[in-house]
Amino acid sequence: MPEPAMTQSVAPAAAGHNAERNAGIPLDLALVNAVQVNRSASDRRAATLPGRRAVKGDAQSAWLVKAVTCIDLTTLNGDDTEGRVRRLCAKARQPIRHDLLEALGLGERRITTGAVCVYHRFVEAAVDALKGTGIPVAAVSTGFPAGLVPHEVKLSEIEASVRDGAQEIDIVITREHVLTGNWQALYDEMRDFRAACGEAHVKAILATGDLKTLRNVARASLVCMMAGADFIKTSTGKEGVNATLPVTLTMVRAIRQYQAMTGAKVGYKPAGGISKAKDVLTYFALMKEELGRDWLEPDLFRIGASSLLADIERQLEHRVTGAYSALNRHPIG
Amino acid sequence: MTVATYFDTMDYAPSTEDDSVARKWLADHGGRFGHFIGGRFTDPAKGLETREPASGKVLAEIAQGTDEVVNKAVAAARKAQKGWAGLSGHERAVKLYALARIIQRNARLLAVVEALDNGKPIRETRDIDIPLAARHFYHHAGWAQLKESQFPDHDPVGVIGQIIPWNFPLLMLAWKVAPALALGNTVVLKPAEATPLTALLFAELAEAAGLPAGVLNVVTGDGSTGETIVSHEDVDKIAFTGSTEVGRKIREATAGTGKSLTLELGGKSPFIVFDDADLDAAVEGVVDAIWFNQGEVCCAGSRLLVHEGVAEDFHARLAARMMTLRLGASLDKTIDMGAIIDADQRARIAAMVDRAVADGAELVQAQVAAPKDGTFYPPTLLCNVPATSEAATEEIFGPVAVSMTFRTPGEALQLANHSRYGLAASIWSENVNQSLEIAAGVQAGIVWVNCTNVMDAGVGFGGVKESGFGREGGREGCYDYLKPRAFAKAPERKPAQTAKAKMFAVAAVDRTAKLFIGGKQARPDGNYTRPVVGAGGEILGEVGEGNRKDIRNAVEAARGAASWGSKTQHNRAQILYYLGENLSARAAEFADRLRAMTGVKAEKAKAEVSASVSRLFSYGAWADKFEGAVHMPPMRGLALAVPEPLGVVGVVCPPEMPLLGFVSTVAPLIAVGNRIVAVPSEPYPLAATDFYQVVETSDVPAGVLNIVTGEAAALGKELAKHNDVDGLWAFGTLELAEAVERLSSGNLKRTFTDYGRAWDWSAPACEGEEFLRRATQVKNIWVPYGE
Repeated sequence: MPEPAMTQSVAPAAAGHNAERNAGIPLDLALVNAVQVNRSASDRRAATLPGRRAVKGDAQSAWLVKAVTCIDLTTLNGDDTEGRVRRLCAKARQPIRHDLLEALGLGERRITTGAVCVYHRFVEAAVDALKGTGIPVAAVSTGFPAGLVPHEVKLSEIEASVRDGAQEIDIVITREHVLTGNWQALYDEMRDFRAACGEAHVKAILATGDLKTLRNVARASLVCMMAGADFIKTSTGKEGVNATLPVTLTMVRAIRQYQAMTGAKVGYKPAGGISKAKDVLTYFALMKEELGRDWLEPDLFRIGASSLLADIERQLEHRVTGAYSALNRHPIG
Repeated sequence: MTVATYFDTMDYAPSTEDDSVARKWLADHGGRFGHFIGGRFTDPAKGLETREPASGKVLAEIAQGTDEVVNKAVAAARKAQKGWAGLSGHERAVKLYALARIIQRNARLLAVVEALDNGKPIRETRDIDIPLAARHFYHHAGWAQLKESQFPDHDPVGVIGQIIPWNFPLLMLAWKVAPALALGNTVVLKPAEATPLTALLFAELAEAAGLPAGVLNVVTGDGSTGETIVSHEDVDKIAFTGSTEVGRKIREATAGTGKSLTLELGGKSPFIVFDDADLDAAVEGVVDAIWFNQGEVCCAGSRLLVHEGVAEDFHARLAARMMTLRLGASLDKTIDMGAIIDADQRARIAAMVDRAVADGAELVQAQVAAPKDGTFYPPTLLCNVPATSEAATEEIFGPVAVSMTFRTPGEALQLANHSRYGLAASIWSENVNQSLEIAAGVQAGIVWVNCTNVMDAGVGFGGVKESGFGREGGREGCYDYLKPRAFAKAPERKPAQTAKAKMFAVAAVDRTAKLFIGGKQARPDGNYTRPVVGAGGEILGEVGEGNRKDIRNAVEAARGAASWGSKTQHNRAQILYYLGENLSARAAEFADRLRAMTGVKAEKAKAEVSASVSRLFSYGAWADKFEGAVHMPPMRGLALAVPEPLGVVGVVCPPEMPLLGFVSTVAPLIAVGNRIVAVPSEPYPLAATDFYQVVETSDVPAGVLNIVTGEAAALGKELAKHNDVDGLWAFGTLELAEAVERLSSGNLKRTFTDYGRAWDWSAPACEGEEFLRRATQVKNIWVPYGE
């Protein structure tokens, strides 16, 4: 069967966010308030999409390797230490066993994760561990995960992480602003965060599990993009509900709307809850169907995950050898 | 393609469902099939070929059902029927449950065979067709179990001839077979000639599941086999799903035979997008509406009505979405659409699109790749279609949506309803007030709010207007496979014995009862009258000789009284009680009139009047108690089953019991909101013409009840032919029933006749829910919720 006319080859991007940044636009309240999201219809689209787009065989292997390049390999725990972070960085440099990449015909490709994501305290160590790899360090910030520290503290936390070498800052928004419909406050806060980031790229964590309704999610997405977010991200991983397909659908449609308005391409990062190789294929299919090919690269798509990588490694080995794999056959992250 | 190239392109790879088990099943039958009759397959015989639409390759040879074959199948079904109906509900439930289970156990095989034979994507057969078919048998196993308690006054209809289309072969089988069997009927089913395989496979599975021989018979063949089933004398009911054109022919062919009939026909269903809709969701709705099953869906949302203010935005989003749809072989698990059923249908679709473009429509077509072989047609949108274009009004039955704009909710409703069809409607708005108002106003059997093409065994499916009649699924669907016990036993009606006219009745001022049209007494158009001869031969008076123009005027008056349907039930109840009150006040006068006309004894005449008063009270009582239901389909939301009036209904009243017969037919229709054109008892019309004086004093709005006296057969035929009459009840001779049913095919009226049998109008069976059900049709409104 001939390839669909839509198909276009895109040169694989290096790790990190290399797309043009989103400059933001003035807050357009009328537009924010006009947002409509129908939950039942969103649920239906999310539920039926996996059945429409099976990804098997070589395409599946390719997609899984691509997924690895989009992972923000993450450790965000109270017991993190420098040693733990360095081990994670080693995994980020070489996330898939080289013999497997060889067997898949990808031996020549430089495959790393999209970034490493840590608390501010470990930015310096991570930057050091990743020296020369081009892998950016992302720092969660602004009083992550609840985001309820004083605004000035948030700004100085961002500035400190940028000083330590973080190239990406994952901020958390003040959920109160969304829950009370105070869009101006959300916009102003996000504007300040963006400014504090300077050259570092900024991902806005909406904590969708706290926002509850898809309408809230869509409106918060738009406001954060208007205020200059380079990425919008679902969750901290600490809320009761993290990334889901209906939430993803809502956010990527907001990205599409924002692009139609401004031409700017904003990235998307689901975080938390994506732990199986199978799930990531569905997320990719959704990005491809709703936003297009450009959103299948780490420039515009990241996955916040810690255990996903291990499952992908096992699936890839199964694909290569025909035998089901075990965790201990792949280096620990 | 290698992993590396996929890594760069991030394309999908074809992912093909394994068809080896299906191929083996075909091979085990030698690629040739006979019919399934009396619990076994007949020998394969020369007949027709069924092909894979995706490749054009022959899948199997199937037999052509001849008259002889149909006779055998009907005989087998007849033989099995008494025993099957004689089982307890539980015993039948066990069998239906086994059918549900065996569908589930063989779900993958059925899904693959269906995808191969029909050409639709395996995703749809696997995720929609087959699970829904199983669900139908589960749900109806329940109705079998509950039949005795829930339908104690009903019997099975008998032997059912079922003719199903090629678009959802197994699902349509399930919709037809499950309720028929559950309620004690036996079946002769003819699958479509293009897609017979899953029916044959199902027959084989049913036998394995222990369904008694003869309960389900499958006869394959083309349209001529269907005709044989339709005209077979020993078939008690025809259930047909297919085109309106064929439905009309079946209506004509079965006229006057006493065969019960349900028709599920074509549609041109509106898909209404308001400016406050979630536009992305609505775009995805269009995908599910018209690019589901290649658009070969009777209830497809094929007519997009988009609010003018958002039309440009909506069409741009829709055009972009179309481009990501994928076409391919039915077993490919990465596609949205498969091939059209055959080359003829594809050519028909293409020709209609070409003509629409020639008419000035703007063509948006997805430039998507498709296999070279096979009858593929791309997803297509026709914008700014002139309302006069054939594509705007006729069913295309392909992946083609036409789009128009509207300005106000009222205009949306006007455009939506301006169609001969009335199957489904889909409404997209985030405003519950607006959505439900449009849902109430749209003329359709199924209404989907913020969703489309969702179906369930527990929710009746079926249309209004020329989309057919009858419901499949739910309690409302059960009644189409049952008959009231009381009517079946009624004796044939003897012709009314009227005395020879001798003279004028003495001591009366000459009085000629006029017609009653639009709330006014009206002189008959032809200016002729007919005498009414009393029991003793004396002339009691004269009534107008109504003609077709009087019928026309009466229908126009009834059409104009549209607000009756939207009056509150309480208001309608009050008016019916008031009619009863005013009739009661003149009871003696009416009793005398009955005596004079019919010669009954005083006691009997009095009884007829008081029964009529009581019946008016009964329907006053029912007016605010004949309720709908809230169905429980498996979703987060409500499905509201709302009984709605038919609209304008003609009534040819029974000749006997001139007052009670009139009240018994007119009152239930009025109670639920219909407007009536009544033709009173031909020999004894004065009870009805006297009655309009009661009407005049009882606050009945003008046009709700119109009375045209004259020759019942002639006026009945005029009503039957009139294309603005929605329903017609006719009681009298078998010839009248035949003519009424045959002539009703023009706009497929809902008819209700006694086939020349004299019902006892004073019996309890002639009052109540059966009549109210006949006076209404159920609209199912799906309202998913969730913020």
